[in-house]
Amino acid sequence: MINIKINNLAVQVEPGTTILQAARKLGINIPTLCYFNMESAGCENAPGSCRVCMVELEGRANLLPACVSTVWEGMSIHTNTPRAIKTRRTVVELFLSNHPKDCLVCDRNKNCELQTLAADLGIRESKFDGKMARHEKDTSSLSLMRDPEKCILCRRCETMCNDVQTVGVYSAVHRSLETVVSTAFNEPVADTTCTFCGQCVSVCPTGALIQANNTEDVWAALADPTKTVVVQTAPAIRVALGEEFGMAPGTIVTGKMIAGLRRLGFNHVYDTNFAADLTVMEEAHELLDRINNGGRLPMLTSCCPAWVKFIEHQFPSLLDVPSTCKSPMEMFGSIAKTYLAQKLNVNPKDMVVVSIMPCLAKKYEAARDELGGNTDYVLTTRELAAMFREAGLNFHALPDENFDPLMGESTGAAVIFGTTGGVIEATARTAVYALTGKNPENVEFTQLRGTDNIREATVKAGDAELKIGIANGLGSARKMLEAIRDGKSEYHAIEIMACPGGCVAGGGQPYHGNAQSIIKERAAGLYSSDKNAPKRCAHENAEIKKLYDEFLEKPGSQKAHDLLHTKYVKR
Amino acid sequence: MEKNEKALFAELDSYIDSLPSKQGALISVLHKAQDIFGFIPKEVQAHVADKLDIPASKVYGVLTFYSFFTMTKKGDNRVNVCMGTACFVRGADKILEKFERDLNMKANTTREDGLWSVDGLRCIGACGLAPIITVNGKSYGRLVVDDVPGIIEETLAAKEAK
Repeated sequence: MINIKINNLAVQVEPGTTILQAARKLGINIPTLCYFNMESAGCENAPGSCRVCMVELEGRANLLPACVSTVWEGMSIHTNTPRAIKTRRTVVELFLSNHPKDCLVCDRNKNCELQTLAADLGIRESKFDGKMARHEKDTSSLSLMRDPEKCILCRRCETMCNDVQTVGVYSAVHRSLETVVSTAFNEPVADTTCTFCGQCVSVCPTGALIQANNTEDVWAALADPTKTVVVQTAPAIRVALGEEFGMAPGTIVTGKMIAGLRRLGFNHVYDTNFAADLTVMEEAHELLDRINNGGRLPMLTSCCPAWVKFIEHQFPSLLDVPSTCKSPMEMFGSIAKTYLAQKLNVNPKDMVVVSIMPCLAKKYEAARDELGGNTDYVLTTRELAAMFREAGLNFHALPDENFDPLMGESTGAAVIFGTTGGVIEATARTAVYALTGKNPENVEFTQLRGTDNIREATVKAGDAELKIGIANGLGSARKMLEAIRDGKSEYHAIEIMACPGGCVAGGGQPYHGNAQSIIKERAAGLYSSDKNAPKRCAHENAEIKKLYDEFLEKPGSQKAHDLLHTKYVKR
Repeated sequence: MEKNEKALFAELDSYIDSLPSKQGALISVLHKAQDIFGFIPKEVQAHVADKLDIPASKVYGVLTFYSFFTMTKKGDNRVNVCMGTACFVRGADKILEKFERDLNMKANTTREDGLWSVDGLRCIGACGLAPIITVNGKSYGRLVVDDVPGIIEETLAAKEAK
C-alpha cells in the first residue's frame, strides 16, 4: 500500500491508483471533463487531454493531471489551492473561447457538463475570444444529431463506439485547431455502420451529440382532431422517468406516467409490456420449433434494433440466427393497426402510434421499410419528460392511473425485458411451460440475472436443459457472434442487448453516466415490478389469450407470421 | 487509378501480407499505398481498413493527421516544402512563394496541366538542413530562393531523360 496526503488528509491506496481515484476515496471532488468511467462496460476514457483536473504536488513546479497520474509513496497533493483553481478556470475559459454560446437554446441546457463546470468555477465573462471552428451539423440520422462545433474533443464517444461497442464510427480527424471527431471520410452518420445505439449521446458531455427530436411531430398529431393517437410505453421507462423530476433511480412511476400521457392528450394509453408478452409467446414457440425440428441454433433474441443493425453490418453470414420475431414495439404497431383498429372502430390510416422508448435506435427501427411504418413516432424517456414539462404537468402530484384495456395488460415476464437477461428469462418461463405443461416451480431464474457483460446459465425444463448465453454491449455481442461463426457456440438461445446493462441504460434514458449504481437501481425496480405482478408468465396474460383466440389463432400461425415476424438484410 | 487498378491493389496486398504483424502497421501501409497509387483515395483507405481489421474512421483519422498523406491525385512532379518551425524561421515561406511564382500556381494545389503539385507540409524531420524541400522524393537542403529555378529545370530534365 502507498501512503499519500491529499489536502493534508492521509490516505492509503493500492499501487497504480490515480490521484483522482485516491481523492474520490477521501470524498474530495476534483472536477473532470474528458475523464469518464464507463463502469457498466468495464472501460475508462482517460486521455488526460482536457487538463481540467490539474492539481498541485508539493515540491514540484508543474501541476499534474489527476486522472492519469498514479500515486507514489509520500506524495502530498493539493487540489484546491488558488493556483490549482486558477489553472482549472483558465483551462475552462479556453474551452469556452471557441465554444458556441447558445446555451439558452441548446438541447443540453441545464444538463451540460461544460456549462456546469463553468458555473461551478464561477466563470462570469468570456476572457478569451477564440476563432470559432466551423463545421456542418450532421442531421442525416433519424436517431441522433451531430454538431461538431460543440465538440470539446474529450473522445468519450470514440472510446464508447470503438472500444466498448466495437462499431468504430468515430475518430478524431485532421490536426491542431482543425481537429474534429468525425466519421470515415466525413460521411453522414446515416451512411456509416452506426447502429444508432445512442451510447455516444449518453456519454457526450455537451450538445455535440444529441438525440433527434420528435416532440413537435407528436404535438402536431395530438392537435389533429381527425387522428386517434395511441401510445405505448416500454418497460424501462417506468423506472427511469422519475429521475427527470428529481426522484431516485429505480422509482416505479408507472401510474403517474400513464396519467401524464392522458393529460398530454393521448386518446389511448397502452403498454409495450403487452407486446413483450406477445413476443415471448412467439419467441418461445420459435425456439422450441428450432430445437425440435433441427432448426438453426442458437437462436438470438431480436428485440434490440441496434443489435439487429450490428449483425446486418458485421456478420451478414449469420442472418439466420436471430429470431424472426419483430421487436415488442413493432409487434405492438402491427397489432394496433389491425386488431386494435377493428376493436376501436378506427380507420388504421387515422391512427397514430407513438412509442415511448429508452432508445435512439427505435427511431431508426420505426422507419425500416419492411416493418411497414406501423410505428409513427418514437420518443425517448427524455423527450417525454420534456413534453411533460412543456405541458406544465406537476409530475409529483399526478395520480396513479392504469393502462387502457385491449393492449394494456401485462405480466411480470414482460417488465423485465428492460434489463439485461430479462428477455431470455421471460422466454424461458414460457418455454418451460411449453415443454413440461406447467409453470416452473420458481419463475425467478436468478442464474440469468446480473451485470456482467457476458453471462451463461442453464435452465432446467423437466429432463431437458436449455443452455443460455447473455451479452450486453455490442463488443460482448461480437464475441458471442464470433463463437457462433466459428462453430464454437453450444447455446440454445442467446439474448443480446446493444447497451451495456440493457434498455434501462439505453441511449434515450435520463443521462446515467454508465454508473452501475443507477443502472442497478433501475433494474431492481423492474425486478420488483415482476415480483409484485399477479401473473408472472406471458402465457397467463388474458388479453394475449384473447388476441390469439379472436385474431391470431395460435403462436406461429400464418397470421402471426405475417404480422409479427420479419426478415433481416445484409448491409 | 484506371487500367492497372487490380495490379496496384495486389501489390499493396502483397506488402500487407508480408508484414510480420498487422498491429501498429497502419502508417507504413499508408506510405506504401501512397507510393503505389500516388495518393490514397477513399477506396484504398477502406481496403486498408479491411485488410488491417481496423475501423475506416481510424484510417481516415491517421491519414488526415499527417500532411504527407494525400487523398487527391497529385501532379507528375511533386514538390513538398517543409513548413516546420526550423524551416519556417529560415525562410521556407519565401521558397514556397518562389515555386508559386515560377510555376504560376497556388501552393497546396495541383497545376491544371497535371504537371506540378506544390505543398507546404509539417516537419519532415531534417531540421539541420533547414530550409528543406523534397521533389519527387529527392531532398534539397539549406536552400535559398535563387536555388528554385535550377531545381525546376533539373526536375524537368530528369523526367525527360526517363
